[in-house]
Amino acid sequence: MDFLTILQILDSTVRLATPLLLACLAGLYSERAGIFDIGLEGKILAAAFFSAAVAFASGSVWVGMLAGIAASMALAALHGVASITFRGNQLISGVAINFLAAGLTVVIAQTWFQQGGRTPQLAGDARFENIVLPGAATRIRDIAQQGPLGQLYSELISGHSIIVYVAFAIVPLTWWVLYRTRFGLRLRAVGENPAAVDTAGISVVGLRFAAVLIAGVLCGIAGAYLATALNAGFVKDMSAGRGFIALAALIFAKWRPWYALSACLLFGFFDAVGNRYQNIQLGEIIVPVQFMQALPYILVVIVLAGLVGKAIPPRAGGEPYVKER
Amino acid sequence: MTPTAPAIELKGISKSFGPVQANRDISLSVARGTIHGIVGENGAGKSTLMSILYGFYKADRGEIFINGTLTPIPDSQAAIRAGIGMVHQHFKLVENFTVVENVILGAEDGAFLTPSIAKARKTLTQLSEDYGLRVDPDAIIEDLSVGHQQRVEILKQLYRHADILILDEPTGVLTPTEADQLFRILERLRAEGKTIILITHKLREIMDITDTVSVMRRGEMTNTVKTADTSPAELAEMMVGRKVLLQVDKTPAIPGEVVLSVQDLRVRHGGVDRLKGVSFDIRRGEIFGIAGVAGNGQTELLEVLGGMISASGGSVTMFGAPLDISGGGANGQTRRARGIGHVPEDRQTEGLIMPFEAWENVAFGYHKDPKYNAGPLMDHAAMQADCADKMARYDVRPPNPRLPARNFSGGNQQKIVVAREMDRAPDLLLVGQPTRGVDIGAIEFIHKQIIALRDQGKAILLVSVELDEIIGLSDRIAVMFDGRIMGERLPDQTDQNELGLLMAGVTEGAA
Repeated sequence: MDFLTILQILDSTVRLATPLLLACLAGLYSERAGIFDIGLEGKILAAAFFSAAVAFASGSVWVGMLAGIAASMALAALHGVASITFRGNQLISGVAINFLAAGLTVVIAQTWFQQGGRTPQLAGDARFENIVLPGAATRIRDIAQQGPLGQLYSELISGHSIIVYVAFAIVPLTWWVLYRTRFGLRLRAVGENPAAVDTAGISVVGLRFAAVLIAGVLCGIAGAYLATALNAGFVKDMSAGRGFIALAALIFAKWRPWYALSACLLFGFFDAVGNRYQNIQLGEIIVPVQFMQALPYILVVIVLAGLVGKAIPPRAGGEPYVKER
Repeated sequence: MTPTAPAIELKGISKSFGPVQANRDISLSVARGTIHGIVGENGAGKSTLMSILYGFYKADRGEIFINGTLTPIPDSQAAIRAGIGMVHQHFKLVENFTVVENVILGAEDGAFLTPSIAKARKTLTQLSEDYGLRVDPDAIIEDLSVGHQQRVEILKQLYRHADILILDEPTGVLTPTEADQLFRILERLRAEGKTIILITHKLREIMDITDTVSVMRRGEMTNTVKTADTSPAELAEMMVGRKVLLQVDKTPAIPGEVVLSVQDLRVRHGGVDRLKGVSFDIRRGEIFGIAGVAGNGQTELLEVLGGMISASGGSVTMFGAPLDISGGGANGQTRRARGIGHVPEDRQTEGLIMPFEAWENVAFGYHKDPKYNAGPLMDHAAMQADCADKMARYDVRPPNPRLPARNFSGGNQQKIVVAREMDRAPDLLLVGQPTRGVDIGAIEFIHKQIIALRDQGKAILLVSVELDEIIGLSDRIAVMFDGRIMGERLPDQTDQNELGLLMAGVTEGAA
């Protein structure tokens, strides 16, 4: 395995980790504020469909992404109304959002485009272009002739869509917001002990809605990335469980931003390896392709089985806040 | 602000929750730089009144004057602006935050934390010097003792420039030493000109530290007096509305045959020896009290006798016949069949099922009683009628069998447990902490019931951390320390000091 192959796998890792990372950070904001969000999956899916559909109709990927974000935020607001305003069960509300998105996207896609529940292929300005950083080579032939540093720059660092760079930039931003701003302090506090926030004269409802809506924005970007950058259009169930993997990554990361980045890269890496090596021969045994593709999901099970140590969620997570004296 | 105006003046405050009138036309005036106590039984409306003052509830009617100025308090933010701070009974702290983070939460100076924290750290150092509230600003709350957590709550209020401090049952969670330290802090705050409202049901604290005291009963403020002009007995009478015996009134015991005999009982639980060879007898018609600091084996003693855990050694006999303490086959059911009643130490987790209704709770453990059953089915009507009857006789308020257990006050919850366990007049009653978190009127009632059972010739094992209760009720007192009985005393030949030394593990020889 040469250096360039490794770089190609890592490059693929970055692409595949991006939607996970966005969704994972979305979950981080929501759950840090004490609202469990099992509906990440549904929000990503809805955003993927609306961003692709509107990008196709308008010819602009940016307009498409805004539509995706709007769709995701609408679902986030629904979750907020159900679980914050009406103090409903957060898991049930999340599951409902997943079903709603899975069904509605296909039905609307069929009504609008009549292509079997998918959007037409996107091309040109209706897709996110890959950004070539200054001085980077693009063709494999040119890259192969560069030195290791040049290869690293051209293959791994350059050549992603804007969303990838944005997603990676959101990690330090999230850390900064959580630990260095007033909003972050209050957000963390409301997920741990909303009564403390309430008696300090701060609105619990307002904080939690803000968190849930931020999650909506991030899921919206994740969905837009799936449909207009990673792929060229929406297909049925294209989120493929990424919202759930992101939740597993969030637990793995113990609800912390930098750990979330590592966790998502790890899941992305397994995904990339599974895609690249369809059958692996280990001596006499041939590891089948299905196993390779199942790797990220197997990792999820291991993570959730608690093999990674004890993960302590925000203490008020999942519990509606009821004011008492 | 006029210098002579009272710090707080409430005029005609009323508040009802549905049909329940929690506060009725309450007026109160508290002078600056004083400590004002508010006493009353559970459910008298003290906490509601303070929640109104802190903006947690909005009064239906009435006006609040702060320093002589009419100040509407629609929310906590307004209360904080008016200089009112509240230390709740259950602390409102974020447990995995540092002290300084908790202090600035909601009182940050700007959108960014670094300057706020720097400033708060400086202010905290100053405040802790001014008032003797020493706390490490970078300590994590959950690593602090309860007493220190309470200091953080007080610092939080002072950091917000609170001039009026409300403390709701502040000593309920403190050890006696911590409570003393708190009172020194409160005295210092008073000397600095702060006004303090202290809500408590411990009359001794009121007498120790307050300048004036108000009594609340059934949503009304019945009296406000100078502390120097009153006495605990008088306050108790005003709280309950009738004369209350703070001292238990009982005749000398007439012990009969031995009911329970415990020999060299040992319990190993969680890898630790909890009981290291305990022996005693209890006879008919006597109350055997066990004093001790919580966690010295009393809980395990009650649980092994109650059939909840198994012993690792020793023997127990009842009326000469062995009692199974091996764990196999021993449970509450078999214990009840042998004539043992058990009022467990923690009524909320062991005595009651909180979401279940009173009539269900009253039947638990005795649900196979023929009077509760009609053929294969349970006779709900009979169960509810029986519960109503018990509620009347044991003075449970409100006497509504259909109310879930959690909706009763602590004292009434305890009366439900007591009614269930004592009404069948067991030969042996195990009682743990019978009056923890129970108001004065209910304490008196429960004590009377225990003595009445003794006078019927039954044996009673009483475990309590309240020395007053042990001395007042017991006919013989044993002190437990570190899984052993340190010594036995007669209540009229001992005092709190001697028992306190035994509780600390100091034996006769050393003392």
